[in-house]
Amino acid sequence: MDAPVHAIPVDYERQRAVCLALRSFMPEQNVLFEREDVTPYECDGLSAYRQVPMVVALPENEEQVCAILEACHVLQVPVVARGAGTGLSGGALPMGNGVLLSLSKLMKIIAIDKAARTARVQPGVRNLAISEAAAPLGLYYAPDPSSQIACSIGGNVAENSGGVHCLKYGLTVHNILKLRVATIEGDIIELGGGGLDAAGYDLLALMTGSEGLLGVVTEITVKLLPRPESAQVVLAAFDDVGAAGQAVANVIAAGIIPAGMEMMDQAATLAVEPFVNAGYPTDAAGILLVESDGTHEEVADEIRRIEDIMTHSGAHIVRTSQDETERLKLWAGRKAAFPAVGRLSPDYYCMDGTIPRKRLAEVLRGIATMEKKYDLRCANVFHAGDGNLHPLILYDANDADQLKRAEDFGAEILKLCIDVGGTITGEHGVGVEKIDSMCIQFKTAELETFHALKHAFDEHGLLNPGKAVPTLHRCAEFGRMHVHAGTEKFPDIPRF
Amino acid sequence: MADALVQQFADTIRAAADAKRPLQIRGGGSKAFYGNPVTGEDLDVTAYRGIVSYEPTELVITARAGTPLAEIETAMRERGQMLGFEPPHFGGGATLGGCIAAGLSGPRRAYAGSVRDFVLGVRLLDGRGTDLAFGGQVMKNVAGYDVSRLITGSLGTLGVILEASLKALPLPPAELTLCREQSRSDAIATMNAWAGQPLPITGTCHVQKRLYVRLAGAASAVKAAANKIGGEEVGNAAEFWRNVRDQHDVFFSGVRPTWRISLQSTAAELDLSGPQLVEWGGALRWLKSDDDAMSVRKAARKADGHATLFRRGASDIGAFHPLPEAMMRLHRRVKQAMDPAGILNPGRMYKDL
Repeated sequence: MDAPVHAIPVDYERQRAVCLALRSFMPEQNVLFEREDVTPYECDGLSAYRQVPMVVALPENEEQVCAILEACHVLQVPVVARGAGTGLSGGALPMGNGVLLSLSKLMKIIAIDKAARTARVQPGVRNLAISEAAAPLGLYYAPDPSSQIACSIGGNVAENSGGVHCLKYGLTVHNILKLRVATIEGDIIELGGGGLDAAGYDLLALMTGSEGLLGVVTEITVKLLPRPESAQVVLAAFDDVGAAGQAVANVIAAGIIPAGMEMMDQAATLAVEPFVNAGYPTDAAGILLVESDGTHEEVADEIRRIEDIMTHSGAHIVRTSQDETERLKLWAGRKAAFPAVGRLSPDYYCMDGTIPRKRLAEVLRGIATMEKKYDLRCANVFHAGDGNLHPLILYDANDADQLKRAEDFGAEILKLCIDVGGTITGEHGVGVEKIDSMCIQFKTAELETFHALKHAFDEHGLLNPGKAVPTLHRCAEFGRMHVHAGTEKFPDIPRF
Repeated sequence: MADALVQQFADTIRAAADAKRPLQIRGGGSKAFYGNPVTGEDLDVTAYRGIVSYEPTELVITARAGTPLAEIETAMRERGQMLGFEPPHFGGGATLGGCIAAGLSGPRRAYAGSVRDFVLGVRLLDGRGTDLAFGGQVMKNVAGYDVSRLITGSLGTLGVILEASLKALPLPPAELTLCREQSRSDAIATMNAWAGQPLPITGTCHVQKRLYVRLAGAASAVKAAANKIGGEEVGNAAEFWRNVRDQHDVFFSGVRPTWRISLQSTAAELDLSGPQLVEWGGALRWLKSDDDAMSVRKAARKADGHATLFRRGASDIGAFHPLPEAMMRLHRRVKQAMDPAGILNPGRMYKDL
């Protein structure tokens, strides 16, 4: 997408002062300022927004993170923290007059405690690397955002990332025990603890999902779970997405909390099938993937009940994975949905609203109407179990009118999500992308509370300013502004 | 009526804030013993009650703060669901607001999550009397800071909870409690070993040299796990777990102060005097002891945990584990953000909050 690059002229004097300050305690090669060195950091996974940072700092340890923050606090320079840069909402978009603090060199798994089932890791460790390291002990880290091969655990904490298994296993906030956090003053605080709760306010929960606005996480203690003995997935195909939605409700009504419950509409399966050959029936209006995990007995029992519910809910095809290869193949299609849709169209714009499940059919109808209104196609993939919807709007960014229509389409979907009692973002975060939609979701007094809490942690507003929470001034201006569309920087990694 | 009540609460808070006059927020009073004493004018929220919405297939229940927990649990049981964190009731009359403000969870906590894990959204009045809503009624929501979970366990010091939405869980089709004789240190090792295996455990407790374990889930899974674990079946299991949850077990009787020590589940035996009851797979140790607060807290700290003087008797020691200065400073600033006049339950948690 050819979105405008904000051309803020570099303040060389300020840049020099910051570099001098940082190089007094860091190796020279870890403080970047030359244009060609800092340009790779100009955007995260939402590449529609780009800004070359003034300085990039690559600390190698916690002491350096603290010293960088302290120096920036003294010099009153804004700081944007960045993990792997896979975020989809522009949360790690740099500032032209600020420091981009990359945590990519803090990538040690410090310790895994088998008996206590915990792992202590640095923020730059990849999500999947934790499960890989724990695998020989029969343990794993549950949250599995599908960018998990690339995304970092520090970024997961900043965004409170989910995945396909959250209905049963929770989000990041449910799976971490303790954080070490560097404040903007350069102090270290510990949130949470070795036990299951901590004294005082639950600042661990407040920090999780705060998008880098309250502090910089330098160490995370995560919970590890025993690998389930067994897992199987049921594929069910429906002639009507409303019936598929009802089948989801019927599973819940039967007292089953599946390990995963995903829906894809026909536009999505048509995109995926030629790409992955997962075996999805492309003539169905919608398909469901329902996974059960646990002990062998539990899974056998639950799968049989799920098959029955699917049949009784009107599925014309019900198929269950017979082995691990088949299970992974069925999931591969779902995991490849974003890149597969990406092949159909020069660009696509991924939305992330969450809705009460009972409103699904209505929201999908609304989206279908919008497809006509904006004359753009939309494929829908849906974390059906927890109501998190990912409409993918197909458009061509080289066509200015299509870009405009895609933006308006997206904003109208978010508005619809709020109207039916949902939220503008289930797991991708607000970042810069959805900041104007925050003005619709929250009242002025609520936004003021967010600002007051921000002020409690970061008096001068130096940590990731301009993200996540709009200023009241910005909300007042909203209406004359556009909600910008985004494209992805890593089209080849799986996404949920 | 409901709106008028909220208006009345808001007026009371505004007047108190103007006059800098402290308020003591009251629900059913079942946890009045918990935390430090507060002196202030009563703000009784029990009249603001009732289930606002309950959608079993959405797995969400929303109720007003004054709603008795028992009423919520009955409504959920009728639809085959429950509150997954097994909230303690202690005496009668426990309300939803008190449950969330206290942030306490029962025996299922180590296996299913805590009250804060199940909170999806709250509506509250802050210390200025402003009506605010955070989170919502959906499972996943990352818009804005997670104020709902910050409020949980803040003991009414950050806002007066009006309504809360909680995630519901299905009742397990089968449940079974097994028991064996085991020393405390062996039991702690056993609990941790179990937790590292895919077993359908929903409660563990060691008391009086006996280790109890509750299995729940599909009947076939419970049976298979019972065969694997072994031990004798406990007949009055529901009563046993209720007594642990509500502290009606004989262990909790007597005049000695009750300490709640939350620590690493694998922490070795604490070098403290007095009987102990172990829960949460080893991560929660209840202690009846006359040992001085300093020793108890030092022992908790050593295991990366914290110690709460849960039932104090006549003690004037702070109920909660003291925080490091940097954390305390941050707490004061968070309090200042939510309750600038410092009128909501001042001192209930810490002297300055």
